[in-house]
Amino acid sequence: MSGRYVRRFSRTERVLHWANALGFLVLLASGLVLYLPSLAVLVGRRPLVKDVHFWSGIGWVCVLALVIVGGDRRGILRTARELDRFDRDDARWLLRRPPAPQGRFNAGQKLNAALTAAFTLLFLVSGLLLWLGERDTRFRFASTVVLHDGLMYASLALLVGHLYLAVLHPATRHALRGITVGTVSEDWARRHHAKWEPE
Amino acid sequence: MGDSNPEGIRVGRGVFLAAMAGGVSSLLWGKTVWSRVSHAIAPVESLVPLVPSGGWRIYTVSGSLPAFDPATWRLGVGGLAEKPVTLDYHELRALPKTEQVSTFHCVTGWSVRNVRWGGVRLADLLQTVRPLPQAHALRFTSAERPYVDYLTLDQAKLHDVLLAWEMDAKPLPRAHGAPLRLVIPEMYGYKNVKWLERIDLVAAPASGYWEELGYDRDAWVGRSNGYST
Repeated sequence: MSGRYVRRFSRTERVLHWANALGFLVLLASGLVLYLPSLAVLVGRRPLVKDVHFWSGIGWVCVLALVIVGGDRRGILRTARELDRFDRDDARWLLRRPPAPQGRFNAGQKLNAALTAAFTLLFLVSGLLLWLGERDTRFRFASTVVLHDGLMYASLALLVGHLYLAVLHPATRHALRGITVGTVSEDWARRHHAKWEPE
Repeated sequence: MGDSNPEGIRVGRGVFLAAMAGGVSSLLWGKTVWSRVSHAIAPVESLVPLVPSGGWRIYTVSGSLPAFDPATWRLGVGGLAEKPVTLDYHELRALPKTEQVSTFHCVTGWSVRNVRWGGVRLADLLQTVRPLPQAHALRFTSAERPYVDYLTLDQAKLHDVLLAWEMDAKPLPRAHGAPLRLVIPEMYGYKNVKWLERIDLVAAPASGYWEELGYDRDAWVGRSNGYST
């Protein structure tokens, strides 16, 4: 037991994470009011909720871009490269064949990051098409709403898994400290991210 | 070792691009696949609802849903008619009732199959009010202001156009237009006016609420509003 803490996430990474989380939750809440009949009836004011949903979506993407541009851009690029690369240990980890020592991110976190990025962009594209399609038939596709709804279900499934591992699961919930204050215990890091060498 | 695994494979980018390709291309195949899937899960759906509210979404244009009071509710049918009538809720329910099963299509892309509607055929009601010769269209006024919509007289006389007070063997729920809505299955949902409180025979059709915003007056399913089948 060293009792020491090491830095896992930079300030830019943490702000990006929480801006993304907050934006997602606002969009999920307003989106569910538009989607679920019981909530739609309870809340009413559909034109207002539609505006809130649309402009939160635009705001969400702008805030994410601003955090990257105004924050530690190089660090974010470095992190993106780290998330992109999978080595032999990552493959072993995904196939549950120990030993599979992991770096700062394990293979599951890398997959989650790739899917979250794709879903965000697809939400933006399909959301814009829904908004434009209401104004111009050239942007109207019968499947846009299917894509937007499907993304909601898929990202909700990711979120539930993510929340379970980050908040409940005894072995991994220590990671929550890393994304809030930035540091994690050195002992925990050695056990779960053996190949990671903190600065 | 922040920049570890320089020898690793770029799986992250691959997953990202695959998800993007799947998502964007689904604009072409999503609805077809989804309707097959929902068809396949229909037997399970009847036992355990998997899709919220059977796939319905409640679209409204104002602050809150109109409330229905059976004691004060009236349906006025008039305009260019020989025998205008005003019906209260009991008189409405005493009209000859038909049932039909039809699919409801929304112009935004979702559909609800096999909805069981109960109500009176609009053609039958029109016979009793007797349109004047100069009447060529109908204006439907919703209690949800400012929602109105129009049909031509020929469209209104189609055999499956109903004024429905029952949905799936229950009184029409508030969210679906209680107590009375128009049902015209051949046309997109926005022609199926909810919370009906007036029907007027008029000389010519005009633009309803969504038509003022650019949607087609003749909203035939699959061959209007930029869609073609």
